[in-house]
Amino acid sequence: MNLYELTIHEASDEMRRGRITSGDLMESLKQRISEVEERVHAYVTILDRPEETKSPSSDRQEEQGPLSGIPVAVKDNMTTRGIRTTCSSKMLSNFIPHYDATVVDRLRQNGVVILGKTNMDEFAMGSSTETSYMGATRNPWNLERIPGGSSGGSAAAVAADECIAALGSDTGGSIRQPAAHCGVVGMKPTYGRVSRYGLVAFASSLDQIGPITKDVTDCALLLNAISGHDPRDSTSVKVPAPDFTSALTGEVRGLTIGVPAEYFVEGMQPEVEDAVRTALSLLEERGAVIKEVSLPHTGYAIATYYILATAEASSNLARYDGVKYGYRTENASDLMDMYMQTRAQGFGPEVKRRIMLGTYVLSAGYYDAYYRKAQQVRTLIKNDFDQAFQTCDVLITPTSPTTAFRIGEKINDPLQMYLSDIFTISVNLAGIPGISVPCGFDNSGLPIGLQIMGRHFNEKAILRSAYAYEQQTDWHRKRPVL
Amino acid sequence: MKITKQEVEHVSLLARLHLSDQDKELMTSHLDAILTYMDKLNELDTKDVEPTSHVIEVENVVREDQVRDSIPVEDALANAPDKENDFFKVPRIL
Repeated sequence: MNLYELTIHEASDEMRRGRITSGDLMESLKQRISEVEERVHAYVTILDRPEETKSPSSDRQEEQGPLSGIPVAVKDNMTTRGIRTTCSSKMLSNFIPHYDATVVDRLRQNGVVILGKTNMDEFAMGSSTETSYMGATRNPWNLERIPGGSSGGSAAAVAADECIAALGSDTGGSIRQPAAHCGVVGMKPTYGRVSRYGLVAFASSLDQIGPITKDVTDCALLLNAISGHDPRDSTSVKVPAPDFTSALTGEVRGLTIGVPAEYFVEGMQPEVEDAVRTALSLLEERGAVIKEVSLPHTGYAIATYYILATAEASSNLARYDGVKYGYRTENASDLMDMYMQTRAQGFGPEVKRRIMLGTYVLSAGYYDAYYRKAQQVRTLIKNDFDQAFQTCDVLITPTSPTTAFRIGEKINDPLQMYLSDIFTISVNLAGIPGISVPCGFDNSGLPIGLQIMGRHFNEKAILRSAYAYEQQTDWHRKRPVL
Repeated sequence: MKITKQEVEHVSLLARLHLSDQDKELMTSHLDAILTYMDKLNELDTKDVEPTSHVIEVENVVREDQVRDSIPVEDALANAPDKENDFFKVPRIL
């Protein structure tokens, strides 16, 4: 077996037994990256000397935890001190932050080696990683397909064994959908579980950072490292973070799994539905109770989301004015012209569309009709989940109605692109945690994802279900041939 | 039409985003399709529904007003497109 194929827990075991060193692991990954990166294009920045990203204090042998010496890739919207952080935008293509995001700081404290920064849709706006100013990332399972998005670079890097694990961010499905399309594990934690300090803001009431990994155990290990209250993020919640690995029992006896009828819609790919139904049967055989439930406002989630997310984005992205950092146009006649031209040249088409849409729904005369209305429907969507969780421990659905689509297929039709997020968006609106785990392949050999959702701050229930399922299958061990 | 080209021009000014004539046409047609789709929300009666802005209960967070180090000037200016002495420099305002 090649070292680059190892999971966090396997590599950590090997290191503890003295069979390999962190340096061996790094060499293996560098070799792998040099072989496949040209075809996959998962990274925006690959560090020349990643070893130097380790915190010096993490070298004390006696304190080495399970992440010590593990090379991890970070989505390029989390700030890294002294390392370019671009958000895959021309606007930030030369931006070098002077501080680490809290999650990056926590990884370093745990002895993690930051390997590089991964590609994404520009400012995390997209579902395919095609809107990146740095060029599209390709799906390692089929290079003509999209890897999903917006954390497509992170998911592709994990699937292609170009890192041991990665961090992504999820505003409307941007961790779970690419994880599903690339056949890896991805979790969006509860809103407030992980600090957003140093995460370049897209939609502040929806954004959350989470792990993208090769299996569920690694997901729990990475979540342990990044969770917890942070005084620098006022929305991070003062709830003690448990040891998430304690949920990995393999046991689901007595667990009630809700299956929302609204998530099995006409037009979804038959193989996706089959794979999810098969997974449910397997969990039932292991002693879980399957129960049909209803989330009646599911059909309104996309419209709600694209009003709220773009409104928040239009406000958050007002800071890119060409004054303090980032791109500035040349030869502007005056200040106003400088703003107008800088933003016109610095942002790509999808970002502009969302800024325009967000500005419009917040503008005088339209606020109540769009923004307030969407906030009210958000309440209804959240109530649906509260209702379902009165009788269920977790809910299970497909992560995406189809497997990965072709590069170029939806890029010129924004509404069709938005509709591909149909199963992941409600989780962000309700603020609950959700995970995607591999649950099969379609007839073309493309991975299918199973989504498991839980109550606020009950990541343990979804990890427990995901791990019990993973123990019974070997989808997570399958790797693309590159 | 949910949105006209004139409205797109107005919004682009609010958003400080210059659009070429060609951009305006395409933007109008894309926004129109998206806003038409959003009409879906009007199927729902939300007269007595409270709006949600945050899903987790959040409170204002305050801290002691203590003097602490802030970002050194040279770090704050390190990414500036243009600067002079200790200041960000911009084109003429008037």
